[in-house]
Amino acid sequence: MSDVVEKTLTALPSLLSLDSQPGSGKLSSTSKLGNLIRGITELTSKHEEEKLIQRELSSIKEQVASPNTSMRQMKELMVRAIYCEMLGYEASFSYIHAIKLAQQGTVLEKRVGYLAVSLFLNESHELLLLLVNTVLKDLQSTNLIEVCMALTVVSQMFPKDMIPAILPLVEEKLTHPKEIIRRKAVLALYKFYLIAPNQVQHIHNKFRKALCDKDPGVMTASLHIYLQMIKENPEGYKDLTASFVTILKQVVGGKLPMDFNYHSVPAPWLQIQLLRILSLLGKDDQSTSEMMYEVLDESLRRAEMNHNITYAILYECVKSIYTIHPKAELLEKAAKCIGNFVLSPKINLKYLGLKALTYVVQQDANLALQHQLTIIECLDHSDLVIKRETLELLFRITNAQNVTVIVEKMLEFLRLSKDDYTTIDLVGKVAELWFIETMNTVFSLGGDMMQPDIPNSFLRLLSEGFDSTEEDRQLRLFAVDSYVSLLQGEPGRLPQRFLQVISWVLGEYSHLREGLEPATTLRLLAKLLDMKHTSSETKSWVLLAMSKLCEGPDCVSLAQELSERHGGSLDTVLRQRVQELRHLSEDAELRASVLPRDAAQEPLEVDSSLSFLDGFVSEALSAGAAPYKPPHQRQEELAQAKALSLEPYGLSLPISMSSCSLADRQSPTLLSMSSGLSGNSTDLSHKGGSTTLKLDGVKRVWGKDGYLAQKEPVEESAQVEVPSPLCSPSRQGGADSTHSQTPTPTPTPEPEKEKQQLASSLFVGLGSQSSVCLMGKSEQTPQRFRRKAKGQGSSSGASEQISNSHYSTQSTVDNLLCNNLLDSTVTSDLAVSTPEQTPQLSQEVATTNGTCDAEQDLIEETDPGNSPSLIRANSTVTADPPAHKDPDRPKDSCLSSHLPAELAGLSHSEIIPLCSSQNLDLSACHVQKEDALLLVIFIENSSDSDIEQIGGGEKPQCVGVPVFPDGEEASGSRGAGWDGVLPAAFWGISSHAVLLQTSINQFHQVHCFLPSDLLLSMALLTQSMLVSCFCLTSLLFLCLGRPLCVSTEEYGTLWLAFSQDTKQNLALLNDGQDPLTATLDVLKNKLQLHVVDIIGAEGIVACRLLQGQPCLMHCRVHAGSLAVWLRSPVPDLPDCLLYHCQRALQEH
Amino acid sequence: MIKAILIFNNHGKPRLSKFYEHYSEDTEQQIIRETFHLVSKRDENVCNFLEGGMLIGGSDNKLIYRHYATLYFVFCVDSSESELGILDLIQVFVETLDKCFENVCELDLIFHVDKVHNILAEMVMGGMVLETNMNEIITQVDAQNKMEKSEVRIFDHENSQSPSYI
Repeated sequence: MSDVVEKTLTALPSLLSLDSQPGSGKLSSTSKLGNLIRGITELTSKHEEEKLIQRELSSIKEQVASPNTSMRQMKELMVRAIYCEMLGYEASFSYIHAIKLAQQGTVLEKRVGYLAVSLFLNESHELLLLLVNTVLKDLQSTNLIEVCMALTVVSQMFPKDMIPAILPLVEEKLTHPKEIIRRKAVLALYKFYLIAPNQVQHIHNKFRKALCDKDPGVMTASLHIYLQMIKENPEGYKDLTASFVTILKQVVGGKLPMDFNYHSVPAPWLQIQLLRILSLLGKDDQSTSEMMYEVLDESLRRAEMNHNITYAILYECVKSIYTIHPKAELLEKAAKCIGNFVLSPKINLKYLGLKALTYVVQQDANLALQHQLTIIECLDHSDLVIKRETLELLFRITNAQNVTVIVEKMLEFLRLSKDDYTTIDLVGKVAELWFIETMNTVFSLGGDMMQPDIPNSFLRLLSEGFDSTEEDRQLRLFAVDSYVSLLQGEPGRLPQRFLQVISWVLGEYSHLREGLEPATTLRLLAKLLDMKHTSSETKSWVLLAMSKLCEGPDCVSLAQELSERHGGSLDTVLRQRVQELRHLSEDAELRASVLPRDAAQEPLEVDSSLSFLDGFVSEALSAGAAPYKPPHQRQEELAQAKALSLEPYGLSLPISMSSCSLADRQSPTLLSMSSGLSGNSTDLSHKGGSTTLKLDGVKRVWGKDGYLAQKEPVEESAQVEVPSPLCSPSRQGGADSTHSQTPTPTPTPEPEKEKQQLASSLFVGLGSQSSVCLMGKSEQTPQRFRRKAKGQGSSSGASEQISNSHYSTQSTVDNLLCNNLLDSTVTSDLAVSTPEQTPQLSQEVATTNGTCDAEQDLIEETDPGNSPSLIRANSTVTADPPAHKDPDRPKDSCLSSHLPAELAGLSHSEIIPLCSSQNLDLSACHVQKEDALLLVIFIENSSDSDIEQIGGGEKPQCVGVPVFPDGEEASGSRGAGWDGVLPAAFWGISSHAVLLQTSINQFHQVHCFLPSDLLLSMALLTQSMLVSCFCLTSLLFLCLGRPLCVSTEEYGTLWLAFSQDTKQNLALLNDGQDPLTATLDVLKNKLQLHVVDIIGAEGIVACRLLQGQPCLMHCRVHAGSLAVWLRSPVPDLPDCLLYHCQRALQEH
Repeated sequence: MIKAILIFNNHGKPRLSKFYEHYSEDTEQQIIRETFHLVSKRDENVCNFLEGGMLIGGSDNKLIYRHYATLYFVFCVDSSESELGILDLIQVFVETLDKCFENVCELDLIFHVDKVHNILAEMVMGGMVLETNMNEIITQVDAQNKMEKSEVRIFDHENSQSPSYI
């Protein structure tokens, strides 16, 4: 077919220039149009074309206006006008003549008239009213063609108000003997239904009749209506399910006349339509779904032919099967079908396969896993559309663990794409995935326990924005959207701080969302005011937001109502806000000047000395008021009576600021934070310093039983199941705050960066088996590993190459590893360290190294020739051959005797076999030095022959890799890259890619003398270790924790310096006389802590990491348990320490 | 629902444009230009679907197109249409044109815009697929052409006296 077109089309240029071509004969009838077209074709510039068309138009104008122009000429003129309009030149003068032509012409001319009308005019055009009469007349005509034309123009456009005028006539046509008329009438009615549903309500019965029409064409047309109506109200049409199923059965069974076959598929478009209807009907409805299982199965079975259109049917089938109530058997078949799509070499089918996957992946993530290789291929596909679809798919399977990689991919794509639409769409998704979502989780989980500067820096980031305004807008829009929907949900469950953030964002940015009435937002916000849990601080935020939003009469009345309700509040701040709201809502000008829109990023000058109040103060003083007393002075007076302050190391700064801060446009936390530095509730400030209020603050810090119990589930999971996505955001939140607390005082507004820790690959955390507990993690390691080997392919080309070329090695290593890890985790014992530790170590290797040369090219690194042997100097080769391969423990003792002399005396972990090839065994352990941690790798030649550079054949070699060096002592041997200081964020915050890359690199550096397959094994090994290592970071503490000896005073200073709070109740040991001392002693012995002081029922404990990061613990005996409160600059450290405390106490 | 049907040649010259939803004149031209821009830079061996132009209503919509020699046939549809179904509908459309014009070429579309519109009207009505059977479409079109032919004969007869420009 296309050949034919091609053939004729290639003749086009010659046709236009030569008159005598055979094809030109049929063109002569419209010679003037021909002239015009030829003229246009010869033109070279847009400008000339414009001139020519204008000339043409004026000539047409002249002629149409002339009374002598016949209808036939008019028709010809109309075609020319249509042509000009199509090119984008307006010919509005001809509109009225088009209507006239439709009115007065013969059938042929009428047709052109109607065509011109339908091309020129639109539903709301005033001239269209002139057409109503013509349509009426034609509908009543006996000429079928005229009726058809009238129906066609009606379905294209008809003034809504005039529908009643012609409705009876169209309705009547439903019973017309000619099926083509009935069919068009049905579609015309469908159009009416779309633009004015109420007006066709009474003829729903007739639709049913159309559905039962003896002509399949009419029935097909009626399905348009049913699809629409069922979409709107599936409940109302359940009774029709059986009919649709019967129809589909008949169609599939080939009961329709042959005419309806298309490429010998019976009525494919009809099938598609029916399948869509069925899926709508069967959604969330088991009994209805059961009715259609059979026919769906039949459709799947029948649609086997290899033609495009059968795939269209299959695709719909699959979608239906996944939409309706699931049936295992069908799902299986559908999944297979999707597989065919995805794997198809035809790109269109691949596209649909991805679409189908995207659709089903939320229900069945395993399906994506099955096709991950294809998905990854598609990610690098040359077709951007496929790429985008793949990203869409990834977007759906994003979870806390793979978010980094996916976002990375999206950004990568973003850099490639020039298309506006894609950009906006993706930026939105990235923003959503990354930021707002993350922050939402952070806020909802972290809740009120969070440092006040987190919401603050979040808001600041939101208001200051990034480089591109479009991105900013998107981000804000997303925030607004997500918050509005949160408020529409159950706002009562959100923490106060989050509500404050929400209020501010809505106040600032809700105008960005088109179609969101300020009044709607106001009502949502007002709802917050009525909730009894809402604190008065939050209420202030809410009211401030409302003041910003107040626009229009609706809002004024709402404001008034509020001011009546809350005007009498006991809280003065609240009262003030309400008054402000009322005044501002009434005076738009004032509001605009007080609270200008988008002014949040403008710097605000704060007169911190409050000099403008000097006059007022002196006046008050002269009037006999008491002079101002700084708060700490007041505090002292208050606290005198108490032995040990309930607010242990609190530093009370002026707190009266927090309320006044609300008045300006800056986010209020900025100031309230400064007031609440000690973690005190800022509520405190609102109401002068009475005892009740003080308790209020304390309650929040320590928590009563009930309060802590509420928090417990989250905390618990945070400790035991380290990589659980649930707890990660809260830790992220923590991480963020640490940043802002460490020496540089500027708040770092990028909490999301630290999430990378959890991302290991795209498909992590998918599937039903993805449990999050420690054990579960390791048990699924084999599968995870395999996945990764593939998944990694996309992120680092080199490793993919390796794993492809050495598949066999990979699998052996694979097996070895799983056995290993399985065994070890089941018996996971803390005292005797197991394979788990090696992963950690390797992570350390990676991370440490990652700091120095992460940016080096991977390829270069993997080249053994190039890689500098940094560690080799440090490696120690040892003596005697061990016996032959004895499993585990005997070997352990054998190997341990090969430890280098300087390490022999130190405690080392169990030596665990890592992997082995035919000739080589690899084992590793770690050695705990006073000031460092070493990873020792044993390489053992188990064969009799020599292996390349590993000489003597039978001697195991061992290599010590300092994974956690300390001080200057080791620095000499460390080589260039080791700067001796690990970053503060050491605790497992590094993207997976970097980890992998650098760990491979590390192994190369260590083992540049090893055969390549072994290197490969090690690379793979590292990979798998990394998988499991992030669930084990907590174990690290055992290797790295050291006591921190400080005095009580130093402790107090340190305590104030950190803000990362973790609180938990621990079991109290009861065997001793003094439970507190006994408990702390146990902890001290087991975990190398330093007990600084014990005062009454409270104790303070300190420890540090090898490298120096401290962690402080404050313990208090409370209601039979030990309430501990931890602070540390390292976000994960408290969690980790808590975990070990729990373990230690349990074991005791 | 089908939102628009566009045909343009390899240089982006519109040969037929039919919108089933109202857009302003300027927007229509912009849509044609943008669509051409999107479609023309795609290779032959990529998929026939394109998602979301900015102009024609955002993310719900997609472009489904086929490229025949010098012409692009583009259908802009919303999510309620089946992608492959529309793709075959384009094929049916082109085959029908081919039958009606006996080896259709770009020139036919230029000089018989009205006829092409009429054929289209038998396939798609108000944005809904009305008929997918080529024979049925041709029957309908033929029935209408019968009258036309009788008139054209007279027209040709009259016209034969005036000099032909082509």
